[in-house]
Amino acid sequence: MTRAGWAATLVFAMLAALAAGVALRARYTADLSAFLPRAPTERQRLLTEELRAGLASRVLMIAIEGGDPNTRAQVAADLAGRLRGDPAFIEVSDGDPGGFARSAEFLLRHRYQLSDAVTPEHFTADGLRAAIGDTIDLLASPEGLLAKPLFAADPTGETLHILDQLDTPRIATLDGVWSSPDGRRALLIAQTAAAGSDTDGQQQASSAVRRAFAAAVAARPGAARALALRLSGPGVFAVTARELIRSQVLRLSALSALLIAALLLAAYRSVAALLLTFVPVAAGALAGVAAVALGFPLVHGITLGFGVTLIGESVDYAIYLFVGAAEWRQRVWPTIRLGMLTSVCGFAALLPSAFQGLAQLGLYSIAGLAAAALVTRFVLPQWRPQILRTRDLTPLGTALRAALVKARAARAGLALLALIAGLVLLEHRAALFSRELTDLSPVPLADQELDARLRADLGAPDARYLVVVTSPDEGAALQSAEAAAERLRSLTEAQVIGGFESPTRYLPSPAAQRARQASLPPPAELAARLKQALVGLPVSAARLAPFLSDVEAARRAPLLTLPELAGTPFASAVAALLSVSPAVTTVFLPISPVAGRELSESSLHEVRAAVAAASGAARALAPPAAVTASVLDLKSEADELYSHYLVQAATLSVAGLGAMLVLLAVTRSPVRALRIVAPLALAVVVVAAGLAAAGERLGILHVVGMLLIVAVGSNYALFFDRLDREGGDVPRTLASLAVANLATVIGFGVLAFSSVPVLAALGRTTAPGALLALLFAALLAPRAVWSEAA
Amino acid sequence: MTGRRMRRIAGALSCALVLAPGRAPAETPDALDELLNSIAARRHAHAAYTEVQYRGLLDRPHESSGELRFDAPDRLEKRVLEPKPETLVLEHGVLSATRGHHTRTLELAAWPQLAPLLEGLRATLAGDRAALERVFSIRFERSAAHWTLHLAPRDARAAQLLREVTIAGDQAKVANVQILEADGDHSVLTIGRELAP
Repeated sequence: MTRAGWAATLVFAMLAALAAGVALRARYTADLSAFLPRAPTERQRLLTEELRAGLASRVLMIAIEGGDPNTRAQVAADLAGRLRGDPAFIEVSDGDPGGFARSAEFLLRHRYQLSDAVTPEHFTADGLRAAIGDTIDLLASPEGLLAKPLFAADPTGETLHILDQLDTPRIATLDGVWSSPDGRRALLIAQTAAAGSDTDGQQQASSAVRRAFAAAVAARPGAARALALRLSGPGVFAVTARELIRSQVLRLSALSALLIAALLLAAYRSVAALLLTFVPVAAGALAGVAAVALGFPLVHGITLGFGVTLIGESVDYAIYLFVGAAEWRQRVWPTIRLGMLTSVCGFAALLPSAFQGLAQLGLYSIAGLAAAALVTRFVLPQWRPQILRTRDLTPLGTALRAALVKARAARAGLALLALIAGLVLLEHRAALFSRELTDLSPVPLADQELDARLRADLGAPDARYLVVVTSPDEGAALQSAEAAAERLRSLTEAQVIGGFESPTRYLPSPAAQRARQASLPPPAELAARLKQALVGLPVSAARLAPFLSDVEAARRAPLLTLPELAGTPFASAVAALLSVSPAVTTVFLPISPVAGRELSESSLHEVRAAVAAASGAARALAPPAAVTASVLDLKSEADELYSHYLVQAATLSVAGLGAMLVLLAVTRSPVRALRIVAPLALAVVVVAAGLAAAGERLGILHVVGMLLIVAVGSNYALFFDRLDREGGDVPRTLASLAVANLATVIGFGVLAFSSVPVLAALGRTTAPGALLALLFAALLAPRAVWSEAA
Repeated sequence: MTGRRMRRIAGALSCALVLAPGRAPAETPDALDELLNSIAARRHAHAAYTEVQYRGLLDRPHESSGELRFDAPDRLEKRVLEPKPETLVLEHGVLSATRGHHTRTLELAAWPQLAPLLEGLRATLAGDRAALERVFSIRFERSAAHWTLHLAPRDARAAQLLREVTIAGDQAKVANVQILEADGDHSVLTIGRELAP
């Protein structure tokens, strides 16, 4: 090797080591929300924050199946006990009434601050008579057994009133633990300390559940062995997705590398050349990951999966080197360089995308392709003299040329093909694009079905609708949330909505607490009113002495504040629904639809109107602090967001195509540029039409795939352009194009069989597209290319 | 204070009176099966009832009346008509109580204290001996056509509140249900004439 060769090798090795270091230190995620915009509006920020780390993202649903109900219940209770001691979980619920008893004690203690029935009228003689009369009636019913111990201290029934207001989910129970309605699964809900987007944390939480389950099973006789554990929830999905992408990336890249290696071995008949071909591929993948790791806080799994696809493109560069014409540096490299620059231009258009995932793919491609091309240009030729000559593929090229010359007769058919493809696209235009974010989800359908089943069993709020109240002032935010809750309660009674949750049930605003305390009469006054109220009731005032002293204590009690909730069963509910920072307080009120139904458009409209009215009234009441209240439909917002970014991706891709065109037009004459672009455009349109006809909805990754068709195909078209301008060894060029194309089709074709939808979309678009691009470029190449050799 | 003691004594007396016919020797389990089977032969029942409750907290007994309806195997409805309308439905282990527009629901499994109150009658009417045995330890007495089931709650939490549920009847007909609470409060529910289904 020459001195220049050693120098190039040394620089290459150092850069590769550096990139490997960066890639190893990078953080990886598979959470879809990490794919979402990085600079959204305030409303979108709330949405992505909610998707990323909100209450819904932390739900871990646990089901125990198999065996007999009794064993299931025992293991479920044991599992819940073990998990409660694990700091990875904020809360674990299994239907154990112990939690309820603990909450009742807290409610009893703070009843006069928490009960919204506490008003001045409630404590007049008439109000007391009515309330005490109701409680006496209640004593006659079965619940009276529970109400009886409270009666002397709480004759007006505030504790039960608060309990009634709590929107506890209706879940079937069997042997003391929650169960599916058909009685075949014991159920638990855990809330993880880790946010849903913290895939590592979620993985640890899932493993903790599995370990605790195994321990609970091992602690019991053989009957428990028949039990099976099922987990679901957003965090579980993220973990599954990451595992799936990781395993598929490994398997598919191994498979495509193997197939391409077999192809190249057949083409080269040289193991050394084969190994060298993979050097730019590996360099490209490494550079891509390193660039994304440097440019973004998290590397997304889908971006990593994209690395597999780059095998298909970057392998071409070395193939042109080994199979292509002699005088590679003078004749072939300029073409590759232009092709590479064209691709870089196209992918650069993705960089400004606010859709993080798309920007990552763009950066990955640019870094990967540039690195692969540069290694092919500056490193491989230095090593090339050390290896044996590769096999001469001229005979293959000659045969290909003969076939293509014959096929040129059918080139008129291309116009017809374009027309048909155009018509197909026109017909499918309404349903051409996917509109749902979940279409990106790599989670298998069976897992999504399990999730839906468990959610139905648990009546778990799919937290799709949220009222969001924000204010710089905590008290004002809570007060405004109370005003909204007031109106939501009427909507619940009118069956417009099924119910709602509000942190103000456990932590009323200071204003509401003060108003309630002010409603309580001083001792002498209360005693007098009570005496009057009890006339005709079968209870004497002497029995209600505890009531008088409790009311007096409540009158003087300090306000209930957030820290006092710590350690109560309501702490986690409040933590999930209330976020307090020095700058802003945000209150979430999740709304659930009437059981078994979706929230209708008109219901949603009523909710919006109610929230607007409530915030208007609150503003009129307490003007200063700026309070905003709005209703979020997480799913439609997310889908809208996705649609928005799909349109943006399409726009950017078109911009990318435009950039490629401009580059070609600048370096070639307009006619030549058109001749280069026409086969690529045709390939894209035909593939899109084919996918639409097959019933596939186009998503962002299809669009990226189309960009790849153009990126790969531009190389082919540029080669024919060079042959036309400069002449050259047509058979050898054809042979190198054929081998490169086959490698690309294999690389992407393998992806088409992936069960990860985004990878499959990429494969199904790019593999046929690359093949068609070569075919069309050859058919549309100027006659001169063929006649010269004829 | 004295009034309370008096009522306690009265309660104990009334219990003793009810228990008096049950001095006959305990029957074999087969006889209980036989009785439960004969009661369970009726899949639907609908009858008027009256109830008197004696509570230490209150100065006078609480009297109420209404209708009882049972549909085998696990729906029991108690409709209070007087003095204040209220509907209690026990179905599939869920108790729902409706007063006016408001309905409160309780899972009996989550409230073992409450389970014995209605589950004793429901399981007896359903002839569900397994359910009875699960919730209570049973003492069965019979003399001629008259029989009495003494049901003591097994659950410790329930036993803290409830001493015994006593169901008595003649042949296949349930005549009354008495509930004796741990603090001496007690009630007697008497089943009256049958109503049209």
